[in-house]
Amino acid sequence: MRRTPLSPGTLDSVDRAIINALQDGFPVSHRPFAEAGAALSLSEAELIERIGRLREMGAITRFGPFFDAEAMGGAFCLCAMAVPQAQFEDVMTLVNAHPEVAHNYERSHRLNMWFVLACEKASAIEKVADSIERETGIRVLRFPKLKEFFIGFRVAA
Amino acid sequence: MNIDATDRRLIAATQGGLPLTPEPYGEVAKWLSLTEDEVVSRLNAMIEKGVIRRIALAPNHYALGMTANGMSVWDVDDEAAERLGAEVGRLSFVSHCYLRPRALPDWPYNLFAMLHGATREEVEAKRADVAAILGPACQGSDILYSTRILKKTGLRLNDPGA
Repeated sequence: MRRTPLSPGTLDSVDRAIINALQDGFPVSHRPFAEAGAALSLSEAELIERIGRLREMGAITRFGPFFDAEAMGGAFCLCAMAVPQAQFEDVMTLVNAHPEVAHNYERSHRLNMWFVLACEKASAIEKVADSIERETGIRVLRFPKLKEFFIGFRVAA
Repeated sequence: MNIDATDRRLIAATQGGLPLTPEPYGEVAKWLSLTEDEVVSRLNAMIEKGVIRRIALAPNHYALGMTANGMSVWDVDDEAAERLGAEVGRLSFVSHCYLRPRALPDWPYNLFAMLHGATREEVEAKRADVAAILGPACQGSDILYSTRILKKTGLRLNDPGA
């Protein structure tokens, strides 16, 4: 995924209108591009062409359904460790070697390694976290989600 | 969980995105030997059940200039945490907002909110906005900036048909 800003002027006002409108939703219907295009005064073909271009240039990361991985039966847990600087690379290698570690970030804090465990079953979370503790000799603090709040996040294009 | 094998095939077929053709649901139906009506009604049912949160376009916030982000964390009184968490989650610059257990004594924070902005200064200003919403119910806070991505893999459902 692209992690740098597009140069100014890459997007025109129509691109921006598309991004702003379709973050909120896309129709589930026979001709959804025609329907969504009409609301933006765009033809079906033009909307399809522009979404393809926005995807190619990396202005959008996804276009389609967003699934709730927990509703599909997965289990997740945010974990954190306080890793001494001298051991950091070794611990990172041990942690990342677990396929259940979905992403892992170094963060500016005494708890400097933060990762998400993603497992098919909830019981596997504790097992993986315990084995990381055994392998590294460092406590794995576990922060399972108790409640998730939805979600006003919008990116103004 | 009440999704069946056909739903799972539909998830596997669309988790990379919808095809950019005039009849995207009809196209997906063809891939799976279903009818368009069946695809549409299954998608609507999964939206109803919360398995699909929405069908939409996701902007790349980095490409659009929001390159700074910080994990803000807050120690919020338990009895106010649900109400205030919902308020924080509604903010347009908060992408993820969760209540999580504290890990005392190492970690007193129970509300996590990922803040996004064009610069770190902007993120700090937004952090002040969150602090104003939480008010006296908040006993302390911190913000953790990521300094390095150590691993990143997408969360993908295994295709049981594969």
